[in-house]
Amino acid sequence: MTGTREVLVLVDHADGSVRRTTGELLTIAARLGEPSAVFLGPGIDAAREQLRAYGAAKVYVCDSADVTDYLVVPQVEVLEHLVQRTSPAAVLLPSNPEGKEIAARLAVRTGSGLITDAVDVRAATDADAAAGPVTTQSVFAGGFSVQARVTSGTPVITVKPNSATPDETAGPGVEEPVQMTVSDGAKAARVTGREARTSSGRPELTEASIVVSGGRGTGGDFGPVEDLADALGAAVGASRAAVDSGWYPHSYQVGQTGKTVSPQLYVACGISGAIQHRAGMQTSKAIVAVNKDAEAPIFELVDFGVVGDLTTVLPQVSEAIKARKG
Amino acid sequence: MRIVVCVKLVPDATASRSFEPDHTVDRVSVDGLLSELDEYAVEEALRIRDAASEDGEVVAVTMGPQAAADAVRKSLQMGADSGVHVLDEAIAGSDAPATSLVLAATLRKLGADTGPVDLVVCGMASTDGTMGVVPAMLAERLGLPQLTYANQVTVDDSNGAYRVQVRRDSDLATETVEAAAPVVVSVTDQINEPRYPSFKGIMAAKKKPVQTWSLSDVGVDPAEVGLSAAWTAVVSAEARPPRSAGTVVTDEGDGGTRLAEYLVEKKFV
Repeated sequence: MTGTREVLVLVDHADGSVRRTTGELLTIAARLGEPSAVFLGPGIDAAREQLRAYGAAKVYVCDSADVTDYLVVPQVEVLEHLVQRTSPAAVLLPSNPEGKEIAARLAVRTGSGLITDAVDVRAATDADAAAGPVTTQSVFAGGFSVQARVTSGTPVITVKPNSATPDETAGPGVEEPVQMTVSDGAKAARVTGREARTSSGRPELTEASIVVSGGRGTGGDFGPVEDLADALGAAVGASRAAVDSGWYPHSYQVGQTGKTVSPQLYVACGISGAIQHRAGMQTSKAIVAVNKDAEAPIFELVDFGVVGDLTTVLPQVSEAIKARKG
Repeated sequence: MRIVVCVKLVPDATASRSFEPDHTVDRVSVDGLLSELDEYAVEEALRIRDAASEDGEVVAVTMGPQAAADAVRKSLQMGADSGVHVLDEAIAGSDAPATSLVLAATLRKLGADTGPVDLVVCGMASTDGTMGVVPAMLAERLGLPQLTYANQVTVDDSNGAYRVQVRRDSDLATETVEAAAPVVVSVTDQINEPRYPSFKGIMAAKKKPVQTWSLSDVGVDPAEVGLSAAWTAVVSAEARPPRSAGTVVTDEGDGGTRLAEYLVEKKFV
């Protein structure tokens, strides 16, 4: 058994609005020990109930504004402090750029091994159980599945969205304020501006259970893609070709240099399926494609594909779904 | 401004990449090339050098086996001024913490040998490991601020000291972040359009100085790096079974309807 050692989970939030991935991380933490949420920055009042609902046994709170005013390092200092204080079984962070960088500095600072982009984390069951959890990663554009573990220090693991189904068993969520002053050294990279991206009203791309993406084949008109996304309650994504053509913003790019998504359903519209795109979506549970070119490599991946013109096929799908929903 | 750009030779992502029996990346059977994401870093370093009011220098730094020198050569062909290749058998199998350890030691030696480095530029990730953590680890080891995932970099040298500002996209917001040099910057593929080496650039690169250093040259104990010193261990690496072939239909007027039926059948609607 892993016993009752704490597992620290860095809460991903914007002003207390907790993202779904935090629920997934707390659920994974409960497999490995006692889930402790680490809430940094302003907004705990808005977050409290959500963190309990996701099963947090403890909630460490450091509401210093330094955390949001300076990049990454203040959060590293608080986590380093908590690692020393609690000797956790692991530290789990979201696999987004900021989460990975906090993890990176924390790992170096504490002499700990770092595993990024885990799609699963399990308590070890083998003779090496004391050696800590075993992670699963999807590498080389989804071509390989790698199992690994940390062998030095405290396992620091970043976990991708949709790696677990949030368990809604509430925890006590006992709050513990963290009183510490962020060092001057941590205040070197100042955030001088932050513009929240205007919400599209659709689910957030990396968290969505369905993603509908458009590529070169849209010819620049994302209307049919957005209509289908709305019919399905899905997020909209874009291929690099579409983003590079200026048809859709970079923040919606799916692929190696954009977002990695792992939804229940991925619908690729007018996307050929180059390796760079596959790297961002190949772990989707089901894949559907619409493309004019029957030879497009995307069809090698699909569960269901339509060779056809997306400007006629997509509206037909949207209409059929709307008719069914009434 | 003295700029170091960190570059890596990676297996061609469009080839069939694989692992060695010891779970390290197979770097032999697949051709290597400069990581595409590092081209943006080299380009940005060159643009910053050329935009500065004073003469500047771009040094391309790499580590790894003999072939890794190709990453430096490509950087020199694009326009970097000189190169450093840390070449040592003990490096094989190094993880990200060990990589950052060697790079940090190399930067310290460069600073001690030929003067302080003002700016370190990296790509946002390598196209093989794809962790994207070495820039942050490097900053941590050097005690420097990091300005990472930049879509735009601005260097202000108006007051006799360099201030660096970047714009970056987080999941939910666009941020501007700034720090006083020296800093570690990483750049995304949104930042610029990397140049192709010109014929003149290719010829000029042959005459540019490249230093080859061993681990002892940079003051790193070989026992601290390589596969045996890694802080993580791969338990298994298995090729995923190819996705089983699904149904592909040709649209004959009812393609959308059939797709909708599939979605209903699978309970997505």
